[in-house]
Amino acid sequence: MDFLEYQGKAVLAEAGLPTPAGRYCETVDEVVAAVQELGPCAVKAQVPTGKRGKAGGIRLVANAQEAAAAAADILALTIGGHEVAGLLVEQQIKIARELYAAVMNDLSARTPLLLFSTQGGMDIEEVAANNPEAICRIPVPMDGTLDTARLEQALAALDLDDALRPSVVRFLQRLHALYLEKDLELLEINPLAVLEDGTLVALDCKLTVDDSALFRQPDLAGRGAPERRTELEERGVQNGLKYIELDGNVGVLANGAGLTMTTMDVISHFGGSPANFLEIGGDAYTKGEAALQLVLADPKVKSLVINFCGAFARTDVMTEGIVAAWEVLKPEIPVFFSVHGTGEDRAVEILESRLGVTPHDRMEDAVAAAVEAAQ
Amino acid sequence: MILQKKHKVLVQGITGTQGRFWTERMQEYGTTVVGGVNPRRAGETCCDVPVFGSARDAVRELGPIDYSVMFIPPSAALEAATDAIEAGIGHVVTLTEHIPAHDVMRIHAAARHHGARIIGPNTAGIVTPGEAFAGIMPAFNPRIFQPGDVGVVSRSGSLGTLISLQIVKAGRGQSAFIGIGGDPMLGTTTSEALAVLGEDPRTESIVLVGEIGGTMEEDAADVIRQLDKPVISFIAGRASPPGKKMGHAGAIVMGDRGSYRSKREHLEAAGVVVVDTPGDIVGELQRLTA
Repeated sequence: MDFLEYQGKAVLAEAGLPTPAGRYCETVDEVVAAVQELGPCAVKAQVPTGKRGKAGGIRLVANAQEAAAAAADILALTIGGHEVAGLLVEQQIKIARELYAAVMNDLSARTPLLLFSTQGGMDIEEVAANNPEAICRIPVPMDGTLDTARLEQALAALDLDDALRPSVVRFLQRLHALYLEKDLELLEINPLAVLEDGTLVALDCKLTVDDSALFRQPDLAGRGAPERRTELEERGVQNGLKYIELDGNVGVLANGAGLTMTTMDVISHFGGSPANFLEIGGDAYTKGEAALQLVLADPKVKSLVINFCGAFARTDVMTEGIVAAWEVLKPEIPVFFSVHGTGEDRAVEILESRLGVTPHDRMEDAVAAAVEAAQ
Repeated sequence: MILQKKHKVLVQGITGTQGRFWTERMQEYGTTVVGGVNPRRAGETCCDVPVFGSARDAVRELGPIDYSVMFIPPSAALEAATDAIEAGIGHVVTLTEHIPAHDVMRIHAAARHHGARIIGPNTAGIVTPGEAFAGIMPAFNPRIFQPGDVGVVSRSGSLGTLISLQIVKAGRGQSAFIGIGGDPMLGTTTSEALAVLGEDPRTESIVLVGEIGGTMEEDAADVIRQLDKPVISFIAGRASPPGKKMGHAGAIVMGDRGSYRSKREHLEAAGVVVVDTPGDIVGELQRLTA
């Protein structure tokens, strides 16, 4: 689950990591009140996407009048497809320098990875591409430690004042500790501001908590950015089904993420366009009935591919669920099956006897027929 | 990672519904299951084998064990995997999905320390047709698995099953099926699984079933260049919306890798035949190895 800037900064502040004084606001009046209290401020759109500065989502304001105008403008924006619903109003601070710091799961190395650079700010990705040695990469294996000596050695080659070095080391250690304590996938501070007195302050924050760990992080559960879901996607969640609504008109119902993605790929390969992602594999393989109702609830769907390849998931159980729902719903759209693996013979018998349909041997043939029928 | 009848297998979580069902299937097929683990049922017998309180107890009683298969819920996976690793079990087949990522990294650190190999998490398991299997794959279905000379590496269980079935339908069979798992962070990478098949004398050709996301397929290109066996690949996810971006940090670490196009380009540059649909795999296989 991703946290918006203001949500992530609340987690930082609770852990004692310094952030600017700020208020989260949703109306112009709230923004004006915050600026009257805090003085000159930055007004920042709270959206789950990057590049908001370039989209006009961050404005510096000196007084209430400017605050009202900026708030009204930003609240009217849509940034990267996200309507701006909230603003973080933060006291302006005088910055001497911008650093970059992050801790993340390194998926390839399978260890936590600490990243640090003295060239923080908006162009960090260009720094990474053109000047990779300017970014310090410090793997911290789960059975290792991030001791001061090791960090100082890693930072030795960077352009950092001797006076600043100890506070950077301390900040990185606290960042790493927070990442571990909260089961984070990513904790990124960019920029990490150095004030004129040498104090470090987190000016921005990207925080992502591991959904699989929420059972042991109760204080983070439910606090991140709400996922944007369509009505049908919400219904999927309620039924325990992984359903993603897409733009096309060929409905997809398959078991397992790999086979479902592949079914979508083959639809595209034959010039069609998938209407959804929906897998009923794993423990959800008994949910054929709910799954079929969900796919058919999308009015864009003009034909349907049902593609099962059972290993753990029994195709006869999945097919039984589909056929039972089909007999109740009596949909008018054409459906094309490909069914293989565990329970295949019984599944074919169910389809032939109750729906009068014979599954295609090759999934490619089922998909090609469905693409043609949707046109 | 190529399981044989002579390998001793421990089932952690043997007494649960799934553990019991799949242990019976493994035993019928020829897997040498020597024991099970359930801390609350030590001393009992399940599926005709003794149940121990821990993997360490099992090894103490039975002597060295080669493989463990885990039917364990995510919140208990770290403890169970660590137990198996510290007991000296060399291969831990981790079927569990949704293990917290930090626990996966802790398991991996322990495995590195003890020289153990984790297969998974979120794998459907490994199959050596005609020999043995470990996990939740339909090894016993003769339409899907037959002894042969094609090695299969797959992130996905369902898609790997479909492709295995097509291989058998074409009159061929598999030397080994290695399900490396669908999680973003895996104990055994594509490269490591390919290297095992590269050294396996029974494997003449390799089918690599990849997926978008991560950089495992790109990373495997170097290993593939060293292989003297043909590799055919299908990468799932070409039509899927791109996955979520991990801030700037993700871009710094991944660069422009991870996409379908990047994977395909890296693999093709290493000499892999990448097909557009899974149904094309068998034709390429016959063409390259007939």
